[in-house]
Amino acid sequence: MDTSLFLVQLLNGVQYGLLLFLIASGLTLVFGVMGILNLAHGSMYMIGAYLAYYFTTLTDSFLLAFIISGAIALVIGIIIERCLIIHLYKRDHLDQVLLTVGLIFIFNATQSFVWGNDPLGVEVPEILSGSIGLTDIIEYPVYRLFISLLCLVVAATMYFTINKTRLGMMIRAGESDRAMVENLGVDISKLFTIVFAIGVFLASLAGIVSAPIVSLVPGMGEHVLISCFVVVVIGGLGSIKGAFIAALIVGIVDTYASVLLPQVSSMSIYLLMALILLAKPQGLFKN
Amino acid sequence: MNNKKKICPSVLPATIAACMIAMSSGSIAADSDPIKVGVMLPFSGVYAGLGESTRNGLKQALKEKGNTIAGRAVEFIEMDTEAKPARAPEITSSLVDNQKADFVIGPVHSGVAMGMIKTIKGKDSIMIIPNAGANAATGAFCQPNVFRTSFSSWQTAFPMGKEAYDMGYKKIVTMSWNYGFGKESLEAFNESFTKAGGEVIKEMLVPFPKTEFQSYLTEIASIKPDAVFVFFAGGGAVKFVKDYDAMGLKGKIPLLGSGFLTEGTTTAQGPAAEGVITTLHYADALDIPKNKSFRQDYEALYGKPADLFAVQGYDAGQLIVDAVTATNGNTADKAALIQQMGKLEIDSPRGAFHFSKAHNPIQTIYLRKVVDGQNTVVKTSYAGLEDPARGCKL
Repeated sequence: MDTSLFLVQLLNGVQYGLLLFLIASGLTLVFGVMGILNLAHGSMYMIGAYLAYYFTTLTDSFLLAFIISGAIALVIGIIIERCLIIHLYKRDHLDQVLLTVGLIFIFNATQSFVWGNDPLGVEVPEILSGSIGLTDIIEYPVYRLFISLLCLVVAATMYFTINKTRLGMMIRAGESDRAMVENLGVDISKLFTIVFAIGVFLASLAGIVSAPIVSLVPGMGEHVLISCFVVVVIGGLGSIKGAFIAALIVGIVDTYASVLLPQVSSMSIYLLMALILLAKPQGLFKN
Repeated sequence: MNNKKKICPSVLPATIAACMIAMSSGSIAADSDPIKVGVMLPFSGVYAGLGESTRNGLKQALKEKGNTIAGRAVEFIEMDTEAKPARAPEITSSLVDNQKADFVIGPVHSGVAMGMIKTIKGKDSIMIIPNAGANAATGAFCQPNVFRTSFSSWQTAFPMGKEAYDMGYKKIVTMSWNYGFGKESLEAFNESFTKAGGEVIKEMLVPFPKTEFQSYLTEIASIKPDAVFVFFAGGGAVKFVKDYDAMGLKGKIPLLGSGFLTEGTTTAQGPAAEGVITTLHYADALDIPKNKSFRQDYEALYGKPADLFAVQGYDAGQLIVDAVTATNGNTADKAALIQQMGKLEIDSPRGAFHFSKAHNPIQTIYLRKVVDGQNTVVKTSYAGLEDPARGCKL
């Protein structure tokens, strides 16, 4: 593998990893702060993608679709938390699984009913549809670079919010000791609504932004959920920093394995997960 | 008064005669029981669209004959396979052993097909496969009571090998998912391409159902082959063609595929699909009278355009109609039915075809190119292509 090829594959891996982070960050945030493992997280990714498809078809503007879909996702997140998740705080993990898996079924049936089972596609917006020549034959789509940039912005925003703002302080406190935070007078229920809505919004954002480069099919949520879990488990459940680093590792390993070790490439990220867990059973960054 | 007296004598005997005829035709026909057609297709899940199209085509063929064959009504028994191979044996058994279906039409998914064949083997029922393309169904696992009105994966990829060589491509990279259909397609292409004098310099197998293609496309770009031949279908096909274009490969390295790369996916693929060349046993735009009339009737009946799966379902229906007509409505003697089916020529929207000894269509494969979002027929790639039915003892 020559240098330029190596570097392009590295770019592929980083770009894939950043997208994985965007998808996984919401899952780990919600679990870290609220102790809820939202299995319907992948479904929110799917919903984001289908909403983007719907509004792009309706308004012919990806930007408009982006904004509207994002807003709807936030609202859906708030509604789910207020009406359903709120009942889970005093219950055990099995109840969480039952509820959120139930949500998966409902979302899948709705998607199938509204949009059908044929694969759908969204066109890349005009201004981002170019490609940058990297070598004499390889061009890199501008849109993928845009996605990576967006993911970095989100990561930076999350870092800043969690470490430098009051909300972030409450999130960190809630991650450490929920009961104590409540006793200290923080409105924990409002905090939870905000965090859950953000978590779900991040998943949908990933779906919206991915819509032009994936095909929208039934079951796309579950497919993504599995990669999500690998990232979150490797990074450490609840740790956003862990999710970031794990996502990059998973993206890079998966990319290189697919071309260097094709026979084991289907297992590469799971082997990676197993190896890391052997050394660090709680993941890379314990919460 | 007088008129009535004159009419009555002629009306009464006529009425009595009519009644006698009606009653006797009811009792003369040996089977006035309906012909039972079991339908095993996916009506939910990812393949639901294909299941629906197939069923529509099947029913259209029967509707054209007023849902009766040789005076007998046709009764459909529909079961949803959900495209799950694990359910195949139980559903097949239910249709064949409990319901005593004369025919079982299905499935879409090759994994389900294998389970069905194993269960229906040696039973008093005839299976007609309207889609599943696994070579083995009319190959190593062929059965006297199993017919197929669709294709074998070999048939859809084999002709492209020679076409590619004739187009001037000598070194090609092939790529597909690492599963039955994908591997069979690449093998078939390899067979004819190598025989023509070409060389497959690399075969890339992507874990199924992974759709993250970036690393593979980068690899292809670094290898710089004359062309690329792939098998992908459905959502994967949509993504692959779009990614191929976005990476800047489309203009520089021609993209060839088995027909499923652009079947039902061109709308979602958009401009990225323009110019992609494939081989398949059908094209929506095929300009023959039977296809035109079939598509017209289908759209009038179902409110949307017909597709490949509707054609295959329609031909399964035609096969039943022609076979049962040939035996004058006798479905009890399955061996006689099978014998008739083996001799029939089906007037299909894809062009007329008949069956090989292994019960797979001997059919024409077309070379297609996507122009303005539609698969246009460039030429006939291989007329009367017969699947080699490797391992079949029929």
